[in-house]
Amino acid sequence: MTKMPRWADVALIPLLNLVIAFAISGLVILAIGENPWTALKIMVSGALGSSYGWGFTLYYATSFIFTGLAVAVANHAGLFNIGGEGQATLGGLGVAMVCLALPWPHWSLALLAASLGAAAFGAAWAAIPAWLQAKRGSHIVITTIMFNFIAFSLLNYLLVNVLRPVGSMDPASARFPEGAALPTLNDMAAGLGFVWGRNTPANVSLFLALLCCLGVWAIIWKTRLGYQIRAFGKSEPAAVYAGISPVRITMYAMLISGGLAGMMAVNNVMGEAERLVLNAVEGAGFIGIAVALMGRSHPFGVLLASLLFGFLYQGGGELALWTTIPRELITVIQALVILFTGALDNMVRAPVERLFAGRGAR
Amino acid sequence: MDLATLLQILDSTVRLGTPLLLACLAGLFSERAGIFDIGLEGKMLMAAFFSGAVAAVTGSVWLGLTAGVLSSLLLSAIHGAASITFRGNQLISGVAINFLASGLTVLIGQKWFQLGGRTPSLTGNGRFGPITLPFAESLREVPVIGPVYYELISGHTILVYVALAAVPLSWWLLYRTRFGLRLRAVGENPAAVDTAGISVLRLRYTAVMICGLLTGLAGAYLATGLSAGFVKEMTAGRGYIALAALIFAKWRPVPALGATMLFGLLEAIANRYQNIDLGGVVLPVQFMQALPYILTVVILAGFIGKATPPRAGGAAYVKER
Repeated sequence: MTKMPRWADVALIPLLNLVIAFAISGLVILAIGENPWTALKIMVSGALGSSYGWGFTLYYATSFIFTGLAVAVANHAGLFNIGGEGQATLGGLGVAMVCLALPWPHWSLALLAASLGAAAFGAAWAAIPAWLQAKRGSHIVITTIMFNFIAFSLLNYLLVNVLRPVGSMDPASARFPEGAALPTLNDMAAGLGFVWGRNTPANVSLFLALLCCLGVWAIIWKTRLGYQIRAFGKSEPAAVYAGISPVRITMYAMLISGGLAGMMAVNNVMGEAERLVLNAVEGAGFIGIAVALMGRSHPFGVLLASLLFGFLYQGGGELALWTTIPRELITVIQALVILFTGALDNMVRAPVERLFAGRGAR
Repeated sequence: MDLATLLQILDSTVRLGTPLLLACLAGLFSERAGIFDIGLEGKMLMAAFFSGAVAAVTGSVWLGLTAGVLSSLLLSAIHGAASITFRGNQLISGVAINFLASGLTVLIGQKWFQLGGRTPSLTGNGRFGPITLPFAESLREVPVIGPVYYELISGHTILVYVALAAVPLSWWLLYRTRFGLRLRAVGENPAAVDTAGISVLRLRYTAVMICGLLTGLAGAYLATGLSAGFVKEMTAGRGYIALAALIFAKWRPVPALGATMLFGLLEAIANRYQNIDLGGVVLPVQFMQALPYILTVVILAGFIGKATPPRAGGAAYVKER
């Protein structure tokens, strides 16, 4: 079969998938008696029309970059990590333990330590399913799903029985010390002398997320480990034949993946809530799946897709505020994006391939 | 513990185990035919919503049941199209279906009833009532057997009995009919089935549709049998527990009954006792809630017996050209 040009594979097909997903979402909005065009306008102006909107959009996007990269790295090794939710939950525990351990003198030190804590806890939570897949042959999708639920129960137990301050009824940890508060983008803008994104949670961990994009790109395409991960993901028998150890690659890929998912907690737990609450992850682990699929598991694609989902999240919130359309519209859009870019990819791909093949023959 | 308490716990075990059993058998048919289905949760949720909503609007639980099953079949058709016809990733398709159901139920529920995604409470013919089996009243006074028959065996809704009947029926269908043989074969070695001149695609679609029917019943039971109406996210992970039970049962119908009832029992105990004191060691309620998942991981790891899924599961069949 004639191959499609690379631009069609990388840009055209995801774009077509996205257009279909959005078109159906529009029909859904129409079906519940609202005007899709008005809805779109509210979403765009609410998410991108002001520095306030951008502050939230970037905050959500930051979380999705971490979880999206997590899913993407596992994808490269041919592993479907559906456990981002649990790994990010445990990452939150890591952040809370680091932040509550010391009266941190400066946020930069706290950020460094908390990132390590988050990554270590997230990676540890991913390590068990990884080891079970590599050594005992249990399917990683099923075990990571189970670990999401176990993580939720574990955190619930710890917040209610261990981390809750004396006298408090809330299942939440104590507030983090002042020194562990991350500067928001608003603070940073003020430092540079202009007003931007007041009262929004976007914070310095956005830059950490961007660094992680760069780091993942470097690991996957510029190191021997990355080459081995990709080779293993493309064909396990071939990789084994070339002397790549499946156990080692599965472990490394999942450790990196879990670590990235865990680091999301730096943004939401440390940067926003400043204490550990129940269900702090709010589904971002699952959105990572859509983000990685849309971004074709490439860090730059993940960045773009995260911005898109950040826009959807913030826009959807505004939509719920100003119309009768509930926030859950985002879940529907997310589902359609996953369905069309992930599962029904061939439905769009086959006709496009035929189109290019026809052109090539002429 | 006295007999009355024990009977109460066992009674709620049956009630809570029923949706798991229906969903577990649903997954069994699908996975035996080689189609993994982690969308059980979503289909159940969708069916729960439409059965609750239609029953609330029409006042007829049977119309509700029909609507619930139809909605679940529709999601099954999407899963079938994605994973059989377009050879997409079955796991990703299942994830998408879960999200689709989670979002659409609230979206449509809010539009129809303006109750934040829930449906109005069902009353009278809007929900399945308990069925009193023959002689239950007259046998009630007989010691031991009487209460067991009256409390535990009699007095459930029709879907409970349907679920229990589905176990031997599934066994017979899978192990004693030609269809069952082919269905199991297509999950192990589709190429062989194809060589024998049997359509792999049609068999797999049939299995996926049976799965849709059973998850539809499971969802309808949640909204119209177990509770009186639909509540947002009311499946609460039951689809995943059913998957866990399926692995526990090693993809066999009769052990599926045992596994789902065991998980039903765990849920019933966790609901009744907050923390369980085992003479010094206190099991927190969160541990009881996580126990089915932990057990599944342990089983999957092969520490208690080996759970081997159907060999061709998870992969689309590509006919050789």
